[in-house]
Amino acid sequence: MNVQYMSALIAVVVLGFLAYIGTEFLGLNSLFGIFIPYLAVCFFLVGAILKVMKWAKSPVPFRIPTTCGQQKSLDWIEQNKIDNPSTTPGVIARMFFEVLLFRSLFRNTKAGIKEGKITYEWEIFLWVGALAFHYSFLTVLVRHMRFFLEPVPGLIGIVETLDGFFQVGTPGVLLSGVVLLGAVLFLLSRRLLIPQVRYISLMADYFPLFLIIGIAGTGIYMRYFARVDVVAIKQLAMSLVTLHPAIPQNVTVSGILYVHLFLVSVLFAYFPLSKLMHMGGVFLSPTRNLANNSRMERHINPWNPDLKFHTYEAYENDFREKMIEAGLPVEKEA
Amino acid sequence: MTNDKPKIIAGLVIFVLIATSPVWLNRGKTKEAPTPVMAAEATAKGYCVMPKAEMKAKHMKVLDGWRNSVVRNGQRVYVNESGKQFTMSLSNTCLECHTNKAEFCDKCHVYASVNPYCWDCHVDPKEK
Amino acid sequence: MTIPREEMLKIDNTPPRKSWMEVPPDFSKGKFCYPSQIKALEYLKMPNPREWSPTDEDWKLPPNWQEIIHKGFKERLDKYRSLKVFMDVCVRCGACADKCHFFIGTGDPKNMPVLRAELLRSIYRNDFTLAGKILGKLAGARKLTTDVIKEWFSYFYQCTECRRCSVFCPYGIDTAEITMMARELLHLLGISIHWIMDPVSNCTRTGNHLGIQPQNFKEIIEFFCDDIEEITGKRIEPSFNRKGAEILFVTPSGDAFADPGTYSFMGYLMLFEAIGLDYTLSTYASEGGNFGLFTSSDMMKKLNAKMYHEAKRLGVKYIIGGECGHMWRVINQYMDTMNGPADFLEVPKSPITGTVFENAKSTKMVHIAEFTADLIKHNKLKLDPSRNDHLKVTFHDSCNPSRAMGLLEEPRYVIKNVCNHFYDMPANTIRENTFCCGSGSGLNTEEIMELRLRGGLPRANAVKHVHETFGVNMLACVCAIDRAVLPPLMNYWVPGVSVTGLHELVGNALILDGEIERTLNLRMEDLPGAEGEGNDDDE
Repeated sequence: MNVQYMSALIAVVVLGFLAYIGTEFLGLNSLFGIFIPYLAVCFFLVGAILKVMKWAKSPVPFRIPTTCGQQKSLDWIEQNKIDNPSTTPGVIARMFFEVLLFRSLFRNTKAGIKEGKITYEWEIFLWVGALAFHYSFLTVLVRHMRFFLEPVPGLIGIVETLDGFFQVGTPGVLLSGVVLLGAVLFLLSRRLLIPQVRYISLMADYFPLFLIIGIAGTGIYMRYFARVDVVAIKQLAMSLVTLHPAIPQNVTVSGILYVHLFLVSVLFAYFPLSKLMHMGGVFLSPTRNLANNSRMERHINPWNPDLKFHTYEAYENDFREKMIEAGLPVEKEA
Repeated sequence: MTNDKPKIIAGLVIFVLIATSPVWLNRGKTKEAPTPVMAAEATAKGYCVMPKAEMKAKHMKVLDGWRNSVVRNGQRVYVNESGKQFTMSLSNTCLECHTNKAEFCDKCHVYASVNPYCWDCHVDPKEK
Repeated sequence: MTIPREEMLKIDNTPPRKSWMEVPPDFSKGKFCYPSQIKALEYLKMPNPREWSPTDEDWKLPPNWQEIIHKGFKERLDKYRSLKVFMDVCVRCGACADKCHFFIGTGDPKNMPVLRAELLRSIYRNDFTLAGKILGKLAGARKLTTDVIKEWFSYFYQCTECRRCSVFCPYGIDTAEITMMARELLHLLGISIHWIMDPVSNCTRTGNHLGIQPQNFKEIIEFFCDDIEEITGKRIEPSFNRKGAEILFVTPSGDAFADPGTYSFMGYLMLFEAIGLDYTLSTYASEGGNFGLFTSSDMMKKLNAKMYHEAKRLGVKYIIGGECGHMWRVINQYMDTMNGPADFLEVPKSPITGTVFENAKSTKMVHIAEFTADLIKHNKLKLDPSRNDHLKVTFHDSCNPSRAMGLLEEPRYVIKNVCNHFYDMPANTIRENTFCCGSGSGLNTEEIMELRLRGGLPRANAVKHVHETFGVNMLACVCAIDRAVLPPLMNYWVPGVSVTGLHELVGNALILDGEIERTLNLRMEDLPGAEGEGNDDDE
């Protein structure tokens, strides 16, 4: 037992119940279906923008890229233009691989001691898990646009067709949802099972995982088991995005949908306050987004202080006689 | 230092545009949700293989069951809860009453972006 | 070190049952660096000079110490985007954990880079975030107490700012940056270590870490020239503080002071003699290294300022820098920003080959390995690599030239041209993945020898691998701290492997015009091929 993950789990379960009870028994459909989602999205947008602006307000005084390859030096030495870029296109390429393919995580190794020797193995599962998680989440998000756009753009239909490529079951199983749930469970189990990772994990690490498990779980339940009325749900979703919010009348929107929607709202609202802001932060990391060219072009520090240092004059004043005696040239004879 | 504020603001603008895309893509239009139109034949018949509410939730499951039954077991007869017999056939049984595929099936399917692959093989006799 | 190697290798990395916030740091003997002395802090006009020891209950902090830290933290968040972003974006994925040589060698979870950063982050959350203020420990926040300060002192002096973790972090979080900030904060309270502040104070006054005064500096170099004369039969007369020289040469003072760095210094002198370079040495800017980097950005700037100041006074065209690790982090990533623009210097151009060093066109400072590689490429050096035939050489990439610069091929190219037997260590342990010597960032102090040997274990382990596989017996490096700390590390973990600077290898292979037949290497040891006939000359 660990207070960090238990409190996260309890928080998510309580949140889920709140939405279920609120809509199934207390008739707070407008609260959970309209008011909170709007609030959450506003919080998300404003919060994320403020956070990024807050980061941007602090300058980057020094050019500190972590260089992961050969520098630009003599003409005949081949530079690693991506891992140690010296130009903007190089930086863009580096950031492309970092943001979209998790380049740094791909390097991951696992150190161990075997027969008195330290060994390093390539450890790719964290990278695979992270990539699976983020891209399935993205796919799920894109797919959900069918609820928010009318007419539904062809592209979204294509994404869904590809996602349901295997045509298993009715409604057809969508891979992204399954992969998302699987990847989240993998990331959670890593956190729980690897002693070091469990040791560093905070409630703030478990909470989004449980939240996403809740979101994916309710989504999968609605699609494959409860088979909720999607037309009614789209009606609600469209009313929200067309800014004419209304709870659909004459049709029932399942309480589970409100649980799903509420957990998503919590995720959105929580986003700017949390580590999830790594989505924006990765773009602003000075060890990645700067060219290693500070010997070629002067990088300006806006607060570069004017400091008094120990000048040659002070030095010579201190040692003049000894310098003269040793035959060292001096500026002023004693 | 190259001032990176413009780049950051450009990034934020792109982020906001993407995040709010459903709002501006719909441009504040209200769109009524579709209601399937019953064909006269269906109304005349007065019953279906299951009650309306169940059909609404489970029709895809029923059709999937029918397909398996016909294709895999050669069993073509469906008996519902009240003992009525139906031939398991989308084109012949279902569309016999629901003669208006476009108004009855497609309307909701298109709205919810559901693309059942029924019509990969089956045909609407009227469209033919 | 008296601990047997097998004992040292029994590394238990099971985390304690208690939360890390409840585990106090270990201040038993050998587990901490000695604090700086009053006179150094007073000379440098740094806050709160006093007599104290980490083992004391009361660290004699200023009465408003919490306010000082809070304000200092805020000031740094406003000055450094890196700090702000790194405080916010860590997801604690743990990818950095076993990338740290101190974690691998000690198994102490607080040596995982992520947890080292959490030591600071927990206070950041408490003082500067809403979630931390409301949720407290659940959000990973905690109140700033003297125990936190003690923990910072312990663990931010168990980080060598090597940046290996930042290679693997998906957001590029750089623990060096975090350690630098934490050390700056500790300095505000007068908490610092002797082994850093003493060199800083020396360097301020005498121009070098070791406190070598001008006349002694000159004597030392002349002593090297005596040795060179004995070995080659040629007398070299380097100039000091000479105005009008084309080039100023600056190298870490460690090279002037202790073996085996001294042999590299001799190598530089011989190289410059061989090509007839118009250069001068400075007794004022007689330190390439900069322990200010391990103190504060202000101190770094003040110490670094001397190089340009001296270059301007002497009227040289540009500067060549010797072999040193953290010196090159300062030159590559800070110097021009802090003390530039160096518009009184010219874009470096090799007077021998005509090569223009475009990559240094703004700082006007060239790395000696770049300079020498260019000479060799243009066939400007007469070399006899067979003089190094008794050596099987491997190369230790120093942290800073590899991860804060990217100087990877230049030294290898030089080695391959002056030695016939070169073997790289495994890929996971070299280039950008290189492991620290375990004693960087001012931790090369005797009292924490066990920690240093543990931190150096991954490096030693890789050397052991090539020692056993290829019979490697010489570990080459381009860093003065390496040259000081790798010999005891090798002694302990891989006996039979010696340590050399790059330009010692160059000096041994280099054929000077009109030199006598060599029977001795720069260490005054018999050259293997010359043993038979050379023995009678040996005294």
